Amino acid sequence: MRIGIDVGGTNTDAVLLDGTSVLAANKSATSADVTAGIIDTLDRLQAERSFDPAQVQAVMIGTTHFINALVEARRLAPTAALRLGLPATASLPPLVDWPERLVEAISGRSYLAHGGHEFDGRHIAELDEDELRRHAGDMVEHGVRSVAISSVFSPVSNEFELRAAEILRSELGDDVAISLSHEIGRIGLLERENATIINAALRELAASIVDGLSGAVAGHGISAPLYLSQNDGTLMDVDFARRYPVATFASGPTNSMRGAALLSGLDTCAVVDVGGTTSDVGVLTHGFPREATTEVDVAGVRTNFRMPDVLSIGIGGGSLVASGNDVVTVGPRSVGYRLTEEALVFGGKTLTATDIAVAAGRAEVGDTSAVSELDPTLVKAALARVAADIADAVERMRTSPDPLPVVAVGGGSILLPDDLPGSLAVHRPDHFAVANAIGAAIAQVGGEVDRVYAIDPGRRDAVVDEARQEAIDRAIAAGADPAAVRIVDFDEVPIPYLPGNATRIRCKAVGDLRLGEAS
Amino acid sequence: MSWQLDIDHLRDLARGAAILGTGGGGDPLIGRLLVEQAIREHGPVTVLDPDELDDDAFVIPTAQMGAPTVIVEKIPRGSEPVGALRALEKHLGRTADATMPIECGGINSMIPLLVAARTGLPVVDADGMGRAFPELQMETFSVYGVPGSPMAIAGEHDETVVIDTGTDNKQMEWLARGITIRLGGVAHIAEYSMTGAEVKRTAVPRTLSLGLSIGRAVREARSAHQDPVEAIRAALAPTLYSHLRVLFRGKVVDVERRTLEGFARGRARFTGFDGTSELELRFQNENLVAEVDGEVVCTVPDLICVLEADTAEPITTEGLRYGQRVTVVGISTPDLMRTPEALAVFGPACFGLDVEFDPVELRGDLVTIP
Repeated sequence: MRIGIDVGGTNTDAVLLDGTSVLAANKSATSADVTAGIIDTLDRLQAERSFDPAQVQAVMIGTTHFINALVEARRLAPTAALRLGLPATASLPPLVDWPERLVEAISGRSYLAHGGHEFDGRHIAELDEDELRRHAGDMVEHGVRSVAISSVFSPVSNEFELRAAEILRSELGDDVAISLSHEIGRIGLLERENATIINAALRELAASIVDGLSGAVAGHGISAPLYLSQNDGTLMDVDFARRYPVATFASGPTNSMRGAALLSGLDTCAVVDVGGTTSDVGVLTHGFPREATTEVDVAGVRTNFRMPDVLSIGIGGGSLVASGNDVVTVGPRSVGYRLTEEALVFGGKTLTATDIAVAAGRAEVGDTSAVSELDPTLVKAALARVAADIADAVERMRTSPDPLPVVAVGGGSILLPDDLPGSLAVHRPDHFAVANAIGAAIAQVGGEVDRVYAIDPGRRDAVVDEARQEAIDRAIAAGADPAAVRIVDFDEVPIPYLPGNATRIRCKAVGDLRLGEAS
Repeated sequence: MSWQLDIDHLRDLARGAAILGTGGGGDPLIGRLLVEQAIREHGPVTVLDPDELDDDAFVIPTAQMGAPTVIVEKIPRGSEPVGALRALEKHLGRTADATMPIECGGINSMIPLLVAARTGLPVVDADGMGRAFPELQMETFSVYGVPGSPMAIAGEHDETVVIDTGTDNKQMEWLARGITIRLGGVAHIAEYSMTGAEVKRTAVPRTLSLGLSIGRAVREARSAHQDPVEAIRAALAPTLYSHLRVLFRGKVVDVERRTLEGFARGRARFTGFDGTSELELRFQNENLVAEVDGEVVCTVPDLICVLEADTAEPITTEGLRYGQRVTVVGISTPDLMRTPEALAVFGPACFGLDVEFDPVELRGDLVTIP
């Protein structure tokens, strides 16, 4: 058995799974106290379906705590950003393009030092240990508690980041957390450095959240390992989560899509997650979300996290329905979380999309008599509007002319018909409302390589094999079952103007988590 | 009239320069951040219309050369392009009155602004490519008789190299490329020094303000929920780039890339949203030729730009990915880029293409694409 929990900003969803079958599922309001919230959630699962805590093999949690902390600029550690690359890179020091408010929230200090590599592994400059010790002294003086280290081309050679970390640790002691950019991001210095600084600023919060989660799970008598879900839908163990909180940022949409895949039995499909205010449309290919290709701004900071490609449109269960001049509109304005006060079926005065679904007999929610007088023409037109807009969003996400099945999840998916315009069949699986917790529970573990290789003539196959093997080894090291690891993503981009067939290779391997025997 | 270019202009210019980069030219982002920082420290930049230049004014263009993939990792120290300009001044025994872009597409729209901010020199609103091209001899300057040599190259350790190959601009490119690799894959250069009279005779005029105006048009169209492609068309109409033609609307279905002789060559295929017609795009760093259902619809030196379907955000050849929804447009280039002499330097044959150049606005009517 395993337990999946998704702690969102508003709701916490939890499921108890045996293999892939859902034994129990519930949804409750997220509480301010993390530990108490998880204990409460586990109690509810236990009440719904009694289980022996010793039989639980793993607990997987997806959380928005870290991204919320960044967006709200609270509970962030005083952080230093040290970059190795002088004399290059001096024109744009670390933190240069950050919002002022966020720099203040992390008491951000920026340091430049000699070091860094060229694309082919040559040194830009040698490391200057005295310079690093001077910077460390300044960090101590200013109360820095977490450090992000970046070095030019560290994805090609991590040598300088590792040596600088050693020197800083000997100067600052073990209480200061150190985050290294080559472990966090890929090629693209500013974006990788930004992600590393964010990670550094979250390290103290990560320790306290992880302790809270572990304490709650252990307090419930569960001794199984605890995992957190990452942006790409794979898992990290709690020790990893302490060190790399930034990797949990966008796990919500990914979990919901992967949960939808399991519930529907479809591994290539469009997933429409209909919430209260928006519908998020994503595409799964062979069980994994298609990634966005553009840089992602998080709280005003440019990063190159791998995030799922999601198209959001303003239609949800709380969307306002209006008519005039023979045109019926649904959304983008919404009553949001006030749905249970303002919708007609809940005794309110606002006509919402949920009222339309109830009037059409698609759902039985609240007081159905409150919508019995609605004009059937209006109801029909509003539903047609919703279907057309969602179908259009799916169409825009589609990448081939083949028909793409649509899986509808989320509380608002009652708005969708059984077939969308364009002959797209809509699958509405059981437990659709807790798809994200299920996605967390079934997540796999992965390993990734992103590096520039100089490929000698006739060596391409050997280099490609080397990159694939390294990704596989990393997945196994992260806990994947060696028998089930496979390459899910491979991308090879030649670098123009450079000799030796310099080529950037990105490769990702994933596999099912190797589950221990239940104790 | 001369005008002041400030931080507020840079996002629009970067977007416009990426469109003029026609798939290559390097991401202007790092360039924009460099200029922002320099303007923050030194104040805004004066932009001179070419007509305002004295005939005997001395102009030294500045640029960056190298691999865009290296730039995103090894950010410049910031002093290198000024170092190249000073080295060339020293070599020539003459100081510059202004700097100028050699390439208005991509990151090289920004480097002269960095030089201008740091030195206080004005920057001339013109360039020598009218877009982005992969090699240093592919310049209207060289087409109309201004040699690139002598040229100065600078790296971040204050090292400089001067190359003088006389009137052989291809040999200059070849030597400079080798030095750039030794410098880590990116270097900063000063070349094609010339008089004001030569600027007026050989440069593609007002291409900085062109980049700025199309970048601004896209932004304003987005915020007004209007069609950004139509906004680009309207912004181009009064310029020397007067025709924009929508070549295709569809999705990327295949991308193939390989490195050959130091260039990212490859092709991408797109299918229309109705699934019936197909566009094939061939590129060498920049987009070179577009064919719809086997018929050539646009070739170099006219601009072929792949734009994100909803936002008109330009997509580089490196950024092309399966499944992207795009609008492909062709843009006509000024007459001085289309003469037989110009086509001999950067026409289709210079890229090994066996197609004739025909102006994009004169090619036969396209199949109507929904």
